[in-house]
Amino acid sequence: MKPWAALGRGDRLFKLVTAVVSAITLALVAGIAYMLYEGSTLSIQRFGLGFVIGKVWDPAVSMVFGALPLIWGTLVTSAIALVLGVPVSLGVGLLLSEFAPRRARFPLSLLVELLAAVPSVVYGLWGIFVLAPALRDFVYPALQAALGFLPFFSGSYSGLGVLTAGIILAVMIVPTVSAVSREVFSAVPNAQREAYFAIGATRWEAARHVFSYARSGILGAVTLGLGRALGETMAVTMVIGNRFEIPSSLFQPGYTMAALIANEFNEATEPLYISSIMEVGLLLFAVTLFVSVIARLLVRRSMKLFRGVANE
Amino acid sequence: MKDITNKRYLKDRIYISFCYGALAIALVPLLSILFVTTSKALPVLNAQFVTQLPAAAGSSGGGIANAIQGTAIMVGVASVVGIPIGVLSGVYLSEYGGRLSDLVRFFNEVLTGFPSIVVGLFVWGTIVMALHHFAAIAGSIALSILMIPVVSRTTEESLKLVPKSLREASLALGIPKWRTTLSIVLSVGRSGVMTGAILAVSRVAGETAPILLTSLSSSFWFSSLDQPVATLPITIYYYAISPFVDLQNKAWGAAFLLIAFLLGMSITVRIAFGRRTSA
Repeated sequence: MKPWAALGRGDRLFKLVTAVVSAITLALVAGIAYMLYEGSTLSIQRFGLGFVIGKVWDPAVSMVFGALPLIWGTLVTSAIALVLGVPVSLGVGLLLSEFAPRRARFPLSLLVELLAAVPSVVYGLWGIFVLAPALRDFVYPALQAALGFLPFFSGSYSGLGVLTAGIILAVMIVPTVSAVSREVFSAVPNAQREAYFAIGATRWEAARHVFSYARSGILGAVTLGLGRALGETMAVTMVIGNRFEIPSSLFQPGYTMAALIANEFNEATEPLYISSIMEVGLLLFAVTLFVSVIARLLVRRSMKLFRGVANE
Repeated sequence: MKDITNKRYLKDRIYISFCYGALAIALVPLLSILFVTTSKALPVLNAQFVTQLPAAAGSSGGGIANAIQGTAIMVGVASVVGIPIGVLSGVYLSEYGGRLSDLVRFFNEVLTGFPSIVVGLFVWGTIVMALHHFAAIAGSIALSILMIPVVSRTTEESLKLVPKSLREASLALGIPKWRTTLSIVLSVGRSGVMTGAILAVSRVAGETAPILLTSLSSSFWFSSLDQPVATLPITIYYYAISPFVDLQNKAWGAAFLLIAFLLGMSITVRIAFGRRTSA
């Protein structure tokens, strides 16, 4: 046998091994999808569409499961997080890419990224003992005095509830959204800024142009933040109050899909109950998959667009 | 000299101040968490706290040493499984192109975007159900699944920065490609690979939801990978929602240890290995 034939074999083997190992990711995603679907068959067959619109979750007596309050809680807390978190994040992103002195940018973005290094459970701990009391004593009374005529700011409050969960989620998505939006802003070709400065624009006017130039990337950053908010578990579980209902006021307790899984997986022994929890997981999986694919495509598209322009 | 009375310059100043204001708002929670955690943790941090098993609720003394041990073991096992897989996958993505790489890259991103509780539910539905009980190994597997895409991406990125001429020089000497990749490319790019590994560890060491569903908790020392195990995140969770003030204080102590470790790692990585990272 020729010596280089053996060499070729080694290379082919190495390529095969690394290819197989890297395909583990594919297998995992497919496996997760299959397992969740398989696990929720029982519940899907039993409740069908009723699972998504049902408002009853009764593992004790009637064994009827419907997830609407969970879906409502997940969507509303995430919406609050976006409303509060996105303006702050975009401000931070603009500052770090456009306005802050060059030498300050690295330490400042490091500080913002540290927010992402704090684990979810520590946010929850802080939420229970610092944020919730502070909101109950200072923010919510003022909010109710000003906007109490609106139904969703009415009623009594304990500090633990849907609004508090939304606020803590807002804090948690800031590092993600601001890091990605900063990247998107920085990727805007410099010629775009220079053209504005050349006609005597102020820094803000140039930044506004950068902002509108980068809008699909910004949308991607926001969508990434949404994905994070939808699936966030521990911090929300610890402050939302975990009550299975659609509350009339944002001050009241609610429940989310992720929180229900974290709270009830250990109580489920009945196959139908387990299957219903799996279906909640399947719904969460499907929603976050959809959101994250959209987000990645948006960010990728806008980055590619900029690179194309810069090369011209 | 710019005329501040000019409306456009005034607007410029105002909006840029808003951006600084946004930064201040974003940093308030971080500073609050660091300050409160440190001040609440100081009274409970002592030698006993980090060397002893938990005491019965309500009685004084006791520690969370088993949780520290459990987190170390669980993250260690997850790293032993997840990091080599991630590195090899990153090697494939950077050294061999093609449609499979595009697909893997995309799925890596998708997997990174999954809520960690979904991964926990997956391991619960497969491994825990098969074993019929919670086990440390199930938690480690869940964590390693979360580590793989992070390590893979950072490995790929850092290997792509290795100059082509190094590969060509090695190949020209008659060294086969696999040998070149392992001995030259990986060794030149090792600081990037290490960054990825540390980032991955810091991402999973604080994970709570997937561990809750797979390893649960325990009041004893680690006994075997086949048994439930105590970990810092779960200890913080249970203590935080317990009605006992004594345990709540210990939750702050445990949170202090955990974030000191995680923030320390993040800062080291960013400063030692440069600024290229993203969430």
